[in-house]
Amino acid sequence: MTQSDLTILSNREIATSVYEMKLGGNTISIARPGQFIDLKLDGFFLRRPFSVCDLENDVLTIIYKVVGRGTEHMSSLTAGSVLDALIGLGNGYETSTSGASPLLIGGGAGVPPLFMLAKALVSQGKSVTAVLGFNTAEDVFYKGEFEGICSRVIITTADGSCGIRGLVTDALTEAGDYSYVYTCGPEQMLKAVWSKINTSGQFSFEERMGCGFGACMGCSCETLCGAKRICSDGPVLYKEEIKWPTPA
Amino acid sequence: MADTRVTLCGITLDNPVIPASGTFGYGYEFAKLYDINCLGTFSFKGTTVLPRFGNPTPRIAETPSGMLNAVGLQNPGVDAVISYELPRLKEVFFKPVIANISGFSIDEYVQIAAVLDKEVQVGWIELNVSCPNVHGGGAAFGTTPDSAARVTGAVRRVTKKPLIVKLSPNVADIAGIAKSCECAGADAISLINTLLGMRIDIKKRSPLLANKTGGLSGRAIFPVALRMVYQVYEAVRIPIIGMGGVAGTEDVLEMMLAGATAVGIGSANLVDPFICRDIINSLPAEMDKYGISRLSDIIGGAH
Ligand SMILES: Cc1cc2nc3c(=O)[nH]c(=O)nc-3n(C[C@H](O)[C@H](O)[C@H](O)COP(=O)(O)OP(=O)(O)OC[C@H]3O[C@@H](n4cnc5c(N)ncnc54)[C@H](O)[C@@H]3O)c2cc1C
Ligand SMILES: Cc1cc2nc3c(=O)[nH]c(=O)nc-3n(C[C@H](O)[C@H](O)[C@H](O)COP(=O)(O)O)c2cc1C
Ligand code: FES
Repeated sequence: MTQSDLTILSNREIATSVYEMKLGGNTISIARPGQFIDLKLDGFFLRRPFSVCDLENDVLTIIYKVVGRGTEHMSSLTAGSVLDALIGLGNGYETSTSGASPLLIGGGAGVPPLFMLAKALVSQGKSVTAVLGFNTAEDVFYKGEFEGICSRVIITTADGSCGIRGLVTDALTEAGDYSYVYTCGPEQMLKAVWSKINTSGQFSFEERMGCGFGACMGCSCETLCGAKRICSDGPVLYKEEIKWPTPA
Repeated sequence: MADTRVTLCGITLDNPVIPASGTFGYGYEFAKLYDINCLGTFSFKGTTVLPRFGNPTPRIAETPSGMLNAVGLQNPGVDAVISYELPRLKEVFFKPVIANISGFSIDEYVQIAAVLDKEVQVGWIELNVSCPNVHGGGAAFGTTPDSAARVTGAVRRVTKKPLIVKLSPNVADIAGIAKSCECAGADAISLINTLLGMRIDIKKRSPLLANKTGGLSGRAIFPVALRMVYQVYEAVRIPIIGMGGVAGTEDVLEMMLAGATAVGIGSANLVDPFICRDIINSLPAEMDKYGISRLSDIIGGAH
C-alpha cells in the first residue's frame, strides 16, 4: 500500500448515475486486478473505496455509481483536481488458478474490477467469458470494452431491456462450459452464484471500512478459515472458505 | 534544539505522541509503512482473556467530522498476543508498549494483567473500563467511582507495571471517577474513549450499525476531550494521556496545555496512516513557533 496524489484526467457519466474517472500519478503499488484504492474527499471524514477497473501506463481507471453524498461529490469533480489516495489495497484476484476458460460474473457496481482481471487473463492466453448483470439497458456500461477483449460477453438485465432477461445466474447455461469463476457484485448475487456454479472460484466482497488497510477491524467477516478483514485479507475470498451469515 | 521528551510514569518517551488503542492493531500494519520507532510508544488493540470476533457488520459509520465504530473488541485473546503478536512486534518496535486490556469481570482484568505483567515488552498496562461496544463488560466498570476503583485496586495487586486507567466520557462526573482511580492505585489516567452515538439509514428506517449504537471518535470530539482532560488535571496528581479528535500538531499542544503529559491519536491514523509520523516530524517547528523549548514545560500550562 502507498499514498499517492492522483490527478483527475477525466470524469464522465457513462451510464445512468455511473461515472468513469481516469486518474494519473504514481500507481506503482497496484499489483493485481481486484485490488482497490481509497479516496479522501474534501468534507468527508472516511475515505471511499473503489476497485481498480483498469491500469495502463500509470493511468488508473475507476468506475463508480452515485449512491450517496461522497460519490455525488465525486461526480462534480473536474479534470485537473488532485485526490489523496491510498492505493494497492486488498489482496486482489489470483489468476493462476483460472484454467483455460474462466467465467467472469459481475453485477452493477461490481463489474469494474472484472475489466482489469479480463485483460490480465486474456494476456495469459486464456479464453474469457463475461456475464455482466444490470437492472436495465440504461445502466449498462463497458459492454464494448469487454467485447473488445473477451471471447464472449453476455449481458443480463432484470427487465430484459438489454441481453437476457433476468439475473446473472439465469445466464449460466448460456455461458456454456467454464474452468473457473471470478465474481464481484452485491452480496445476494454472490450468494446465488456461489450456490449455482460447478467449479471453484473467487468472490470479491464489500464491507463498510474504517481504514482500508487492516488496522481497525472495522470490516471483519467470519470465514471457514477464521476471521478475515475484507480490506486486507480480502476483498477476494475463495469459494471454499466463504461462510454466509445466513445459510445459502 | 527543541526537546520533545516527556516522562510517563517513570519511563521517558522521545515525544508525547501515542497511537491510541484499536486504531493501530498490534503495530506491524504501520511498521510496513514507516519506522514506528519514531513514536513515543503506542497502545495495542484492546485484549481480552479469550479470543473475540466482535460485533456483526456494519461496524463502521461516518458522522459529521468523525466516525462511529462498534468493533466490539475483536482480538485474538491474551495467549495469542503473548505467543504471536508480541514476538512479531519485537522485530519492528524496540520501545516499551502500552498493553490495553478489557474484561467482563474483575477476575478477567486481573487474569490478563497478571500474565502481561511478566512480559518485558509491556511498559504500561492500560485498563479499558470504557468500551461502549460490548454488553455486560468494559464500560460498566468505568461509569461509577466505586466500580472503577474496585477494578483498579484489584489489578493494582497483581502488577508492578505502571497502571493506566482509560476512562469513558459517557459519565456525569469524570473528575470524580479519575480521582477514585488515583486513590485505588492508578499511576495514570487516559481519556477519552469514544462517546456513545448512532446513525440511522433513512431508506431502511433502521440503525446503520448492526450493533445499533457505536462509539463516536475523530475531529468532532476534540473540544469535549480537551475539556475533560482539563477537568481531570485539576482533580488528580497523576499524569494524563489526553486523546479524542487529535489530528494535528497544534491539537497536541492544546491537549498538553490542558494537562496531558502524553497525547493519544486514534481515528486520525485510519484516514491518514502517516499522521503520527508527520506530527512528530513537525513538532520541533511548531514548538519554535510558540516559543517552546522544552515540551514538558507546557503540561497543564493553561490552568
Ligand atoms: C473493496 C470495495 C470496492 C468497491 N468498488 C466499487 C466500484 O468499483 N464502484 C462503485 O461504484 N462502488 C464500489 N464500492 C462501493 C463504494 O465504496 C460505495 O458506493 C461508496 O463508498 C459510497 O460512498 P457515498 O459517500 O456515496 O455513500 P454514503 O452512503 O453516503 O457513504 C457513507 C459511508 O458508508 C460507506 N459505504 C456506503 N456504501 C458502501 C458500500 N457499498 N461498500 C462500502 N462502503 C460503503 C462509505 O464509504 C462511507 O464511509 C466498493 C466498495 C468496496 C468495499
Ligand atoms: C476502530 C476503533 C477501535 C477502538 N478500539 C479500542 C480498544 O480496543 N480499546 C480502547 O481502549 N479504546 C479503543 N478505541 C478508542 C480510541 O483508542 C480512542 O480513545 C478514541 O477513538 C478517541 O480518540 P480519537 O478521536 O483520536 O479516535 C477505539 C477507537 C476506534 C475508532
Ligand atoms: S477497514 Fe480497517 S481493518 Fe478493514
